[in-house]
Amino acid sequence: MDAMTLSRVQFGLTAGFHYLFPPLTIGLAWILVVLAWLRLRRAEPIYDQMMRFWTKLFAINFAIGVATGIIMEFEFGTNWSTYSKYVGDIFGAPLAAEAIFSFFLESSFLAVLVFGWNRVSKRVHFFSALMVALGSVLSAFWIIVANSWQQTPAGYKLVTDGAGKVVRAELTSFAAAVFNPSTLPRFFHAVSGALVTAAFVVAGISAWYLLKGRHVDFARRSLAIGIVAGVIATLGSAMAGDWHTRQVAHTQPEKFAAMEALFKTQSGAPLLLLGYPLPDLGIPKLLSLMVYFDPNAQVKGLDAFPPQDLPPVTFTAMSFHAMVWPGFMCMFVMLYGALLLKRGRLYDSRRFLKALFWLIPVPFALNEIGWFTAEIGRQPWAVYHLLRTADAYSPTVPAGQILFSIILFTLIFAGLFALGFYAVRKHVLAGPEAEASRKRG
Amino acid sequence: MLNTIWFLLIAVLMTIYAILDGFDLGVGNLHLFARGEEERRLFIKSIGPVWDGNEVWLLTGGGALFAAFPPVYATVFSGFYLAMMLVLVALIMRAVGVEFRSKVESPSLKALWDKFFFLGSFLASILFGVAVGNLMRGIPIDETGTFTGSFLGLLNPYSVFMGIVSLAMFTLQGATYLALRTAGGLRARVSGWAMRLWAAFAVLYLVAAFWTLGVSPHLYHRYYSVGWHWVTITLFVAAMVALPVFLKGRRFGWAFASSSLAIAGLTSTLALSAYPMLAPSSTNLDYSLTAFNASSSPLTLQTMLILALIGVPLVLGYTVYIYSVFMGKVDGSTPGY
Repeated sequence: MDAMTLSRVQFGLTAGFHYLFPPLTIGLAWILVVLAWLRLRRAEPIYDQMMRFWTKLFAINFAIGVATGIIMEFEFGTNWSTYSKYVGDIFGAPLAAEAIFSFFLESSFLAVLVFGWNRVSKRVHFFSALMVALGSVLSAFWIIVANSWQQTPAGYKLVTDGAGKVVRAELTSFAAAVFNPSTLPRFFHAVSGALVTAAFVVAGISAWYLLKGRHVDFARRSLAIGIVAGVIATLGSAMAGDWHTRQVAHTQPEKFAAMEALFKTQSGAPLLLLGYPLPDLGIPKLLSLMVYFDPNAQVKGLDAFPPQDLPPVTFTAMSFHAMVWPGFMCMFVMLYGALLLKRGRLYDSRRFLKALFWLIPVPFALNEIGWFTAEIGRQPWAVYHLLRTADAYSPTVPAGQILFSIILFTLIFAGLFALGFYAVRKHVLAGPEAEASRKRG
Repeated sequence: MLNTIWFLLIAVLMTIYAILDGFDLGVGNLHLFARGEEERRLFIKSIGPVWDGNEVWLLTGGGALFAAFPPVYATVFSGFYLAMMLVLVALIMRAVGVEFRSKVESPSLKALWDKFFFLGSFLASILFGVAVGNLMRGIPIDETGTFTGSFLGLLNPYSVFMGIVSLAMFTLQGATYLALRTAGGLRARVSGWAMRLWAAFAVLYLVAAFWTLGVSPHLYHRYYSVGWHWVTITLFVAAMVALPVFLKGRRFGWAFASSSLAIAGLTSTLALSAYPMLAPSSTNLDYSLTAFNASSSPLTLQTMLILALIGVPLVLGYTVYIYSVFMGKVDGSTPGY
């Protein structure tokens, strides 16, 4: 394989592995805020226990997210130096802003959450939880700004060298670059997806305790919080997803055509339920209606674009549909859970509890698949219509060295995954009471 | 003007990083010298709540370099490819060591994570010095700003020696930090380590200074051409002279401050010697990437400056608060993992 392909493999591997962790961080941070608030308002020791248990889980997950996140910031320079030179004037700023406005906030106040039990008041503890949550959302915001600018660049001009060759994109409006057309829909979709992840983790682990008849009070309260968060998050995710898809249709029509597997430009385009390469099961005119609020509007198909500008259709269409349907399933699961909760039957519905436990991996997979859709659908561009991925890599790094680092990172990631899994499993098996009674220090 | 401010800001970020992560890297380098489980726990606890935040200064420095001087970030990071990958491995190793040693009971696994923590810290301490050494020596950059060297070329004797200098510097910083945070017999021991490390670092520094005169005399020319250059070297020398006095006098807070100021004196001397070069070219000094020929647009620099002026004071403010919550002697009652 050549250096460009290897760099793509390595970046996909790094980003893919990294993205298993931040969604849980972002979502769980807000659940911790709720718990810290309850702990502050109601003087019941159970909230102490809940806060400690979920904070510890948060900390394990956060540590792996940080360790893998550092790699990403280096890789733009090490593997994508042409890209970095080309877009650095715009792309570097959100990365620096992420460090200044969010990484410090997260790491500093997480220290208070984890180590500060006996050193700060409940009020300061709550404030720290809030700052961690704020930091995690700001982190999501700035990195999504950077990614969205790759998808829908705005607020720039192209600068040419003496020979008329474009050498770089230069900032003309920071606000336009930050709030480029895809930033907000992507941000809300990703952040609600993060909350979905945390909701399923909290609900799933609590359900497991209930099935085993352990830590019942703790598990009931946690489960209820998980279900409520899950309802809000899955509904939000669906709405933001709809918004985001419509935005893609307007700003990256070839990506949209690939997602929906729409081969021919047509008026009154149908919504394909399964998408390419599965059988054409379509609802007539629905796609036109959903995008343009007009059942007869014309939607551009893949045939409207030059073939060299199209993303890999099969993969893009498959990932999009593999995100949408299981996503709806998550929503119905949470809505059903809310119904059971309201009727007072949630804690005894063993089959539902079992399902909740086994569904824990699903939102993690959906985050990944959503990211496949976004990034594979962006191909062949590193920056949409400006810079091709094939022109973005580091020309000076020998392929052998990249292969070496891929092998190295694969081993490290496997090790980190095993360690993280082991630590979480051990923490869950030990249970919240172990955590509370453990001698601090 | 903006370019100069950003050159300075990068230098300041790197200095803060060297001072703060310097001490927890140093604690890692000394970790295997701690006797028994109790002392090792104290070592880890002393940095527990803060090491992660300290490392963020490196990320911020990297991000700022990317934003303000993209060609430097791109050229140096891709040119130093394998070295950068090793830095990443080292940082991950120490993170894993710190985070997971408390999650296992078996002594042999604990010993394994101890080795991870040590080895990661040790490698990172050396690699940062090797990188700085190469930048001081100059790296092969052609007229198009492209790196033309190899990984083995980075491992030249001068740069490797700079790696040893930085290892001594960070370890000294770690030892003075531990002297500040411990008590009793342990404190007497780490203070003794600090004395020996101070002597080693002083000697290594002198050798490095003369070697640099031979390798990159232009750094000296630049340095002495600045009217107020004596400020930075005086800071370094004064801090180095004061350090053993404070250690002897058991004024450990002052000793740690001296060690930190020595780092600041050294990094600011380096920055003055290099200005405005960020990545000097060993092929031809005129090909060097500088704060002026390798910067982002004025609008980006200006926007980033506003963000930095809002963000950095905030960060410094709550960092001071966090340190005030967690500093004090570490002992059995200190919250830990």
